[in-house]
Amino acid sequence: MALRGNLRDITFTQILNLINLAKKTGTLVVEGPGETAQVSFREGKLAYAQVEKEESRLAVILNKNKKLSANQYRAIVQHGSNISDKELGLMLINAGYISKDDILLSLQQHCMDIAHRMFTWVEGFFRFENDMLPPDNRINVRLDLENLIIEGSRQLREWEHLQDEIPSLDMSLKFADRPGANLKNINLSVEEWRVVSYINIKNTMHQIAHTTKMNDLEIRRIIFGLLQAGLVEIVRPAGQPVTGSMRSFPTENKEEQKSLVNRLIDRIRSL
Amino acid sequence: MQTVKMVVTGPFSAGKTEFIQSVSEIDVVSTERKISSSGERTVKESTTVAMDFGRITVDDDLVLYLFGTPGQKRFDFMWEILSEGMLGFIVMVDSTRPETYREARSILETFRAYAPTPYVVAANKQDKEDAWEIEDMRHALRLDPKVKLLPCIATDRDSVKKVLLELLYSILTEMENGKR
Repeated sequence: MALRGNLRDITFTQILNLINLAKKTGTLVVEGPGETAQVSFREGKLAYAQVEKEESRLAVILNKNKKLSANQYRAIVQHGSNISDKELGLMLINAGYISKDDILLSLQQHCMDIAHRMFTWVEGFFRFENDMLPPDNRINVRLDLENLIIEGSRQLREWEHLQDEIPSLDMSLKFADRPGANLKNINLSVEEWRVVSYINIKNTMHQIAHTTKMNDLEIRRIIFGLLQAGLVEIVRPAGQPVTGSMRSFPTENKEEQKSLVNRLIDRIRSL
Repeated sequence: MQTVKMVVTGPFSAGKTEFIQSVSEIDVVSTERKISSSGERTVKESTTVAMDFGRITVDDDLVLYLFGTPGQKRFDFMWEILSEGMLGFIVMVDSTRPETYREARSILETFRAYAPTPYVVAANKQDKEDAWEIEDMRHALRLDPKVKLLPCIATDRDSVKKVLLELLYSILTEMENGKR
């Protein structure tokens, strides 16, 4: 039976576990939130990973990992666009610019970064293509999945914990009324500052995540930190209409509503 | 006949059913089942799976219904249904079980997201020796100083009345401030 489904029902970690145990060879295609990733495996080991619309050629990965200087990278982009990753790797090693380990470690890091990103995808269709192998012109790695699975389980627990703490991203944030607190004296990361800059009762956490290009896990992680530090509070978004199809009061008249509450108060007092 | 409703929510075994039983004029219509999980069974033998239902007749024309939500997370699909049209809600927290505070906080946030109605937090089992102090609970639950955190004993009618009255005062205040 084809291995396909939705991450809602079977998590990425569970899929990795299955591929590992069954020593599968093929490519897992996952349509995540706004992007599609392909992760290839050979006999249960991670061989290659790429995200559609993202450049994953060797030169780009080495440049990102600071294994190539800006000039070397520019020269490769200008003159070496037709050569395959394997050819480029051999050329760079033979020229003494980098070692074989530099290439393999950079590629492994690239694949793990993509896998880590996919741990945060809680929804999306996936399918495992048995016959689909990574492109021939790309260098494959051979990564054991056990460590990734353990890391994935850790992230899943964190995700569940954060969902408990911040169940809905449809709420807004406001700065806590703490006169002594001064944001300038608090060490925030770049990501935290980005979120802080959008804190406003009119912006829901969903909107902040969208604007700062963060996924649900990332935004929850940052907001949880800010909540723990007592810097922000969760509030209802300003101007949001009352939800729910039923009215709380059987009457629209404000005076009648007040009278009703007063009658309730009198009754409870008399119990 | 006019009807209004309030919801009593909180984690598993916080005392929601007892709270409603203390003031309801009818025997609480409870949908309780024997607990299958051995971990949960060490806390109590049976639990609410759909809802508790209590009633207080105010006069010939008005009835207050009290709905208790199931505390176990796997029944949380009931929460949104029960929260529809509520006048306000009470979050019950077992003062002696700090391990449930995080869940109580989560339930509170979930209900706040459903509807912008007033709410109070009831710190139940304050008569027990190992109950946390109210102010310590406020910090642990990360409650704003403006949120009413009230000491409560769910089996004591007077204590339950105080909680209900505080919620009604909050509703009245919001109406007078023009928020409702």
